[in-house]
Amino acid sequence: MIELRLPSFGADMDDALFVAWHVQPGQAVHKGEVACVVETQKGAIDVELWQDGTIAALVAEPGQRLPVGAPLALLAEAGEDWQAIAREAPRVTAAVAGVAAVAPASPQAAPPPPPPDAAAGTEAPASATAPVPASPTAPAPAPVPRPEAGAPREREAASSPMREAIAAAMARSKREIPHYYLAHEIRVDAALDWLERVNAGKPPAERVLFAALALRAVAQAAAVVPGLNGHWIDGGVRAADRVHLGVVTALRGGGLVVPALHDADRLDLAATMAALSQAIARARAGRLRSGDLGDATITVSNLGDLGCDEGWGVIYPPQLAIVGLGRIAPRPVVTPEGTLAAARTVRLTLAADHRASDGLVGARFIAAVAHRLEHPELT
Amino acid sequence: MNTAPSSRSDAELRAALQDCLAAIAPEARLDAIDPQASLRAQLDLDSYDFLQLLIALHERLGVDVPESAYASVDSVQRLLGYLAAAVASGSTESMNPRTPSIGSPPP
Repeated sequence: MIELRLPSFGADMDDALFVAWHVQPGQAVHKGEVACVVETQKGAIDVELWQDGTIAALVAEPGQRLPVGAPLALLAEAGEDWQAIAREAPRVTAAVAGVAAVAPASPQAAPPPPPPDAAAGTEAPASATAPVPASPTAPAPAPVPRPEAGAPREREAASSPMREAIAAAMARSKREIPHYYLAHEIRVDAALDWLERVNAGKPPAERVLFAALALRAVAQAAAVVPGLNGHWIDGGVRAADRVHLGVVTALRGGGLVVPALHDADRLDLAATMAALSQAIARARAGRLRSGDLGDATITVSNLGDLGCDEGWGVIYPPQLAIVGLGRIAPRPVVTPEGTLAAARTVRLTLAADHRASDGLVGARFIAAVAHRLEHPELT
Repeated sequence: MNTAPSSRSDAELRAALQDCLAAIAPEARLDAIDPQASLRAQLDLDSYDFLQLLIALHERLGVDVPESAYASVDSVQRLLGYLAAAVASGSTESMNPRTPSIGSPPP
């Protein structure tokens, strides 16, 4: 038997509001399928399954505010009898009801508690709906009634809890993490010319953005220079053995989320662009998945498009570093002959946890990123 | 059958652009912004957004705006002008997979 538990989507997350089920008892499910939707300070998140199995019992109910780790459902593994497991469910349900707080009415549009006579039928709406395939555009089968009408006000209301979460994380970062800062200006004419050749003749849907090239270079550098990829846990460095690159993504209504590109150091350029594109699309559509959040090992903030020459990030705890990328622009450079010329450059910054690494490590990391951007054909 | 048209009115192109923008910047109104100033700056479109716009325009009108032309289409006026010229010259593509040839349909 497998217990599907509420995952954490970041160090600043304590609980989530359970919104709706996308699966029903008796349904065979697979890893990667969306099981349910929860509402957090980062917006509505589609919770993905991490195992194959058969849904035995739905434990969480819409309207419950659940702590991270609370059981959401019971799954039968291959060879197990899901109905037998379902019969055991009431004990788990009672335990969850003990820890769950029914969400108070708040501007963030929590639904009213379900009336008692509907409690028995909580699973009915889910079973009346056909299983929804894991798709970013699939609508939730049980829409949550919102006390406020009108999209702009919803957007404002939704950004307040998000803003609180960002504030809490950033305040904690500045309180706990001794940052050191490094910067470097990287020549990118070679990368831009190379990218132009890669994109030439390709329809828009197949083109690669400079951001994908830069993110990939950062991920690869993080994989080879230890001390910047991982987390600070219990007073020590917990180096990550994989690189999951958090990409700071601004939302149109305000606020930001940081979806992760998994194994970003191992993706080829086209796959990096696809992963980036899909993550941004999900983030801006408000359809982030649990797999997008919570396990970034290093973060990048790309402020270049906003016209900012350079940006200094604040490390997202408990990560060890954050990389900033500024605007690509022609800037004065000195040629090998000692003359002044104009060349396109980008300013890269690194803010890193001085408990985990020092300037020499940071400088090596920056040099690794610069090398990859100056020689794009090599990677 | 969906074939690329050999001509579109300015109003049609404008409507197409508005529609394509709707998915990216739902609150954007073309008639509310300066047609000669930067489209990207006024609508807060980053490089990803702009690429999505071009993908949508390619699907909708069959016009492929190459990277080399990006700088010359960063205003409503210039973008519409580019689209109109591309459509009129017949250098559009049918996006229907059953008619893969590039160019205007036979008269």
